[in-house]
Amino acid sequence: MRRSVSIAVLTVALVIGLGTIDIRHVSVLASAQQKAETTEVKIDNFSFGPGTLTVPAGTTVTWINRDDIPHTVVSTEGVFKSKVLDTDEKFSFTFSKAGTYPYFCSIHPKMTGKVIVQ
Amino acid sequence: MAGKAKDEILYDHNHDGIDRRGFLKCMAWAGTGALCVMSGGVLKSYSLSRLPEMSSKESLGELSFVQISDSHMGFNKPANPDVAGTLKAAVDKINALSAPPEFMLHTGDVSHLSKPEEFDTVDQILKSAKPQDVFYVPGEHDVLNDDGKQFLERYRRGSKGAGWYSFDKKGAHFIGLVNVMNLKAGGLGTLGHEQLEWLEDDVKHLKHSTPIVVFAHIPLWSVYPEWGWGTEDSAQALSYLKKFGSVTVLNGHIHQTLQKVEGNVTFHTAASTAFPQPQPGKADSPGPMKVPAEQLKSVLGITDVNYVQGQHALAVVDLTLA
Repeated sequence: MRRSVSIAVLTVALVIGLGTIDIRHVSVLASAQQKAETTEVKIDNFSFGPGTLTVPAGTTVTWINRDDIPHTVVSTEGVFKSKVLDTDEKFSFTFSKAGTYPYFCSIHPKMTGKVIVQ
Repeated sequence: MAGKAKDEILYDHNHDGIDRRGFLKCMAWAGTGALCVMSGGVLKSYSLSRLPEMSSKESLGELSFVQISDSHMGFNKPANPDVAGTLKAAVDKINALSAPPEFMLHTGDVSHLSKPEEFDTVDQILKSAKPQDVFYVPGEHDVLNDDGKQFLERYRRGSKGAGWYSFDKKGAHFIGLVNVMNLKAGGLGTLGHEQLEWLEDDVKHLKHSTPIVVFAHIPLWSVYPEWGWGTEDSAQALSYLKKFGSVTVLNGHIHQTLQKVEGNVTFHTAASTAFPQPQPGKADSPGPMKVPAEQLKSVLGITDVNYVQGQHALAVVDLTLA
């Protein structure tokens, strides 16, 4: 009897545990989808779009060059620096700390943008 | 072009009004640069395409040289899928000049992505040019990823700092400046303190009557700062040249010819041998301009300068490759 009770308790615990895992799994997926939508910056027509991007800490931002001229993504404060991105090439950087990160294209310095990490 | 009916577009792959056949046909006359003839101290620049109209008198002077610019070797987008072809066309135009120019100036963006093979291709094409002496200054596309180390290794002329230098030809003083290094966010081209000090010293002991030719990639005057078409500290550089009677400034970068006279200084920008860019403010961005193939030749060019010693000006005329 005692034994079957403990099995029942274990089972309940397991179910709860699985439930929790499920929920976490779902939330991870949801935020990944959200990231995929909001963390890409397009470089087109000599500008960064969006020019200002706000993301939670830990987000990986990817820049993709859709222009037919090469560009770079260089942090004004030396935090990150891409190689030269030719048409359709990408650069990613993961922002772990909160703060404002201004950046520019070192080939066309009139092109500027910033990432705000919360 | 004769027989226009035959030149209709057969396959417009890029939807830009240019088919490959039409493009190759037009390549026969594309290619750009300028012939510079210094005459009476005045530098005149002729677009290479206008050469047939030039009188032999116009093309003569004490000194003539050619400016080519922005060959962007490696660029392969619809605005010009054959930049090697248009550079070759420019060389053909240069070789066809009745009086061979003494040397060539390349005002930067030799390559599109600073790749060794891009520089190799330009070197190979320019080997067939009659003037074998070429003086280079880098464009921002030549100093990507390595702060210009490779560019200096290839084209160094006993140059100082990031690659600036000067030399004399037939009484004229030529100054090659570098304004594409350490560009700051939101800013324009920049020469920097070290280079400005060198320039001040370089011209200090020259006679006021010495014709001065300054060449650099980004314009040394504010063509259109909104697009970065200017140099932040150019005013200081030009202040060192105030005492001279004749100053000519040759630039590239903006892929079109513009000229301006300000006091003793005449400014010229050369066309690209690769692809045209829009007029200042006439488009959303300064990206490559797609023009019909039959127009491409007229918007690419080289500059030829001719100098006549003993008088007091330079003359620059830009010639298109048409």
